[in-house]
Amino acid sequence: MLFDYETLKLIWWVLVGVLLVGFAITDGFDMGACALLPFLGKTDDERRVVINTVGPHWEGNQVWFVTAGGALFAAWPAVYAAAFSGFYWAMLLVLFALFFRPVGFDYRSKLTNTKWRKAWDMGLIAGGVVPSLVFGVAFGNLLLGVPFQHDELLRPSYSGNLFGLLNPFGLLCGVVSLAMLSMHGAVWVQLRSHGVVELRAQRYAQLLSVVTLVAFALAGIWLSMGIDGYRIISQPALDALPNPLAKEVEVAAGAWLSNYSLYPLSMLAPITGFTGLIGVFLMSGRGRTGWSFLFSALALAGIIATAGVSMFPFVMPSSLSPNSSLTLWDAASSHLTLNVMTIAAIIFVPTVLGYTLWCYRSLWAKISVEYIQDNDYSSY
Amino acid sequence: MITEEIVDLSRLQFAITALYHYLFVPLTLGLSFMLAIMESVYVMTGKQIYKDMTKFWGKLFGINFALGVTTGLTMEFEFGTNWAYYSHYVGDVFGAPLAIEGLMAFFLESTFVGLFFFGWERLSKVKHLMVTWLVALGSNLSALWILVANGWMQNPVGSEFNYETMRMEMTSFAEVFLNPVAQVKFVHTVSAGYVTAAMFVLGISAYYLLKGRDLAFARRSFAIASAFGLASILSVILLGDESGYELGDVQKTKLAAIEAEWHTEAAPAAFTLFGMPNDETMETDYAVKIPYVMGIIATRSLDEEVTGIRDLIVEHEARIRRGIYAYEVLQKLRNGEVTEALEAEFDRVKVDLGYGLLLKRYTENVVDATEEQIQAAARDTIPSVAPMFWAFRIMVASGFWMLLVFALAFYFTAKRTAFTKRWLLKAALFSIPAPWIANEMGWFVAEYGRQPWAIGEILPTFVAPSVLTKADLLGSLAAFIVLYTLLAIVEIYLMVRFSRIGPSSLQTGRYHHEQDEQSASEPAKA
Repeated sequence: MLFDYETLKLIWWVLVGVLLVGFAITDGFDMGACALLPFLGKTDDERRVVINTVGPHWEGNQVWFVTAGGALFAAWPAVYAAAFSGFYWAMLLVLFALFFRPVGFDYRSKLTNTKWRKAWDMGLIAGGVVPSLVFGVAFGNLLLGVPFQHDELLRPSYSGNLFGLLNPFGLLCGVVSLAMLSMHGAVWVQLRSHGVVELRAQRYAQLLSVVTLVAFALAGIWLSMGIDGYRIISQPALDALPNPLAKEVEVAAGAWLSNYSLYPLSMLAPITGFTGLIGVFLMSGRGRTGWSFLFSALALAGIIATAGVSMFPFVMPSSLSPNSSLTLWDAASSHLTLNVMTIAAIIFVPTVLGYTLWCYRSLWAKISVEYIQDNDYSSY
Repeated sequence: MITEEIVDLSRLQFAITALYHYLFVPLTLGLSFMLAIMESVYVMTGKQIYKDMTKFWGKLFGINFALGVTTGLTMEFEFGTNWAYYSHYVGDVFGAPLAIEGLMAFFLESTFVGLFFFGWERLSKVKHLMVTWLVALGSNLSALWILVANGWMQNPVGSEFNYETMRMEMTSFAEVFLNPVAQVKFVHTVSAGYVTAAMFVLGISAYYLLKGRDLAFARRSFAIASAFGLASILSVILLGDESGYELGDVQKTKLAAIEAEWHTEAAPAAFTLFGMPNDETMETDYAVKIPYVMGIIATRSLDEEVTGIRDLIVEHEARIRRGIYAYEVLQKLRNGEVTEALEAEFDRVKVDLGYGLLLKRYTENVVDATEEQIQAAARDTIPSVAPMFWAFRIMVASGFWMLLVFALAFYFTAKRTAFTKRWLLKAALFSIPAPWIANEMGWFVAEYGRQPWAIGEILPTFVAPSVLTKADLLGSLAAFIVLYTLLAIVEIYLMVRFSRIGPSSLQTGRYHHEQDEQSASEPAKA
């Protein structure tokens, strides 16, 4: 074995985070660009500029999402089971919205009919907006605690519904997520386009960095003032065989902030988030788009890490039966499986990053309305 | 609360979404490979027409690929959304190949597929060829890992049950990966994918030849498809996954159901070519049998028996009785009565725990099962025979029909007379649905034949679903049907449209619809 069990459990908490951040940075910009499609592109050619900035890449980007799902299944089967079945309709909503992306990208420009193209635009917009929003809402509800429990054979059951997720705090987190991914999309389009689309993208990048910053700050204030966190009172040894029912958990005011005083370095997460957002505002404004993209990526990483760090070591707290809550210690796979998965991640994550960068480099170009008109048949 | 209704609706939803997904997967597997072959010829010979072929068939590949990706997302979600207990119970083993599929294969395929479509002008010839090969490699590796996961459902090796975590845990990754059932399935499935693509290209090329247009383009496509198709169909038939049917109890049961073998016969068993299997009387009416054939196909020997259904039920009943005891011991352990002796006892009997869980359909508590319930559970271990019997025969008949078509196409192509034989071209065109029929039937035989198990001998399907309501399931089922129907209409519309236009859709100015009538008969001199 590469590492002892306790270390591996911790590594997988980090790795799931890495996959989520990877998903947000890559798939996030194509979802964001699609969410902003009607604002960035007024004519068909302008919309095609936006679509073609992500055209060759959305497919690979989406695999970050698929792989994060697969990794969750393999590394935290209990979380995969409880979250996906508990958030049943929310997950299906995301899924149905995602349906329109592959076909939207690939089929939209195959015909010249205006109605056809507008219909697929709606699909692409839904495929950008709905998942971005729902992921945020889901994270918000994780912070609030989710009404699920385990029976004695560890079967999870859930007693909420879709509308229960749509509470004010959940929605605020949804706004954070939608605004930040849209910002990221705007920065990307600014980076990769020319002309009027680029100018519009610049405005939206700046605007959305402010919206994200305000919403993120509000969520932080709300979390610290009005939302009870969860705290472990007693639990088995950290390298024990995972059993989500073996610990005792209490609900306590301010518990979501305790990590920040316990491990002051964790303050870096929200600080990175805010720095990134300010960086986007400044750099996009000056047209330093490469820097802006870097700051935008930092902002996403910081904001996602903030949610993770606040809950650490919880992954999915249960409001119905706090002892049923899932933590990185008791939701994990077996020692051997985590080990196999770690080796796979060590080999393949850098490989994937390597050839992904090569692909981006090979196809790097600024896309303009003229480019679309010249390449009418070979573009999306 | 898990009820019969919840289980049935969950199964129906899974079957519909998986069968639908599987309409697109085989074509992706095979066509990616054929694109790589066509482009290799282009790079080696420098002939523009092969580049046009790669691009045109690539266009149809893209239309198909989009829906493959779309519907694949459903599969990734569905274990968690609809089969939560399954996910908890076997995620430790089953999740790993899925995650590695993402990391190793799906990333490769999806990252480079963008470059395949958009990289023609940006990359050198050789680099683009490499990209195409990587797409093919990625999609085929993807199939490998998915079938490692699926093979484990049929024959769960390399793992054992852990009563403390209440789940299956991996004991050997190598055994899971090298699972012989998975390996056999992989060869069978990817070969079937190649056949699908070959028939697709052969049939559409035959259409152009029948219409007398884009002849040079169509002939070359037809020739490549006939050779690739013949090799692939031989691989499907000769390396058919029947050879994996002696491994594990579920596979044995499946085999008996496919062959409607009610009684264990003296080796080598006869093959029932035709008949009417009757689940009630446990006999096959009007059976037409060929001596020896089944024994040879299934066991690859003359002296090994193929166990009949009646005997399997007797074996399973004994295992259910041991399973009740295993469940009783498990309850004691879970209630904290942990002693070394009890743990050792559990290790001895836990191999039959899954059979005990079969009783969950009849009694929540398992240990209080009545004699009747045990009998019913034993009877449940055999999937309905008639659908298995027929699905398998339809698959095999489609396979042999395609063998005939590919063999004739190859023979007459080699003699250079295929392109004027209208009966052959028509046969190729009308055979386009054959691989899809065979693929769907094959899926049905493998997965319906696995019932009543989600994981063979380990986890009954009845125990596996999420705790959802009937309204949840009816709602999602309706949504899937509506959305999938819409997507199918759009996909078929585009596929037919671009197939009809043919290579003219590349807008190169070299093909039929871009030329005047006179030069249309031989437009593609590149």
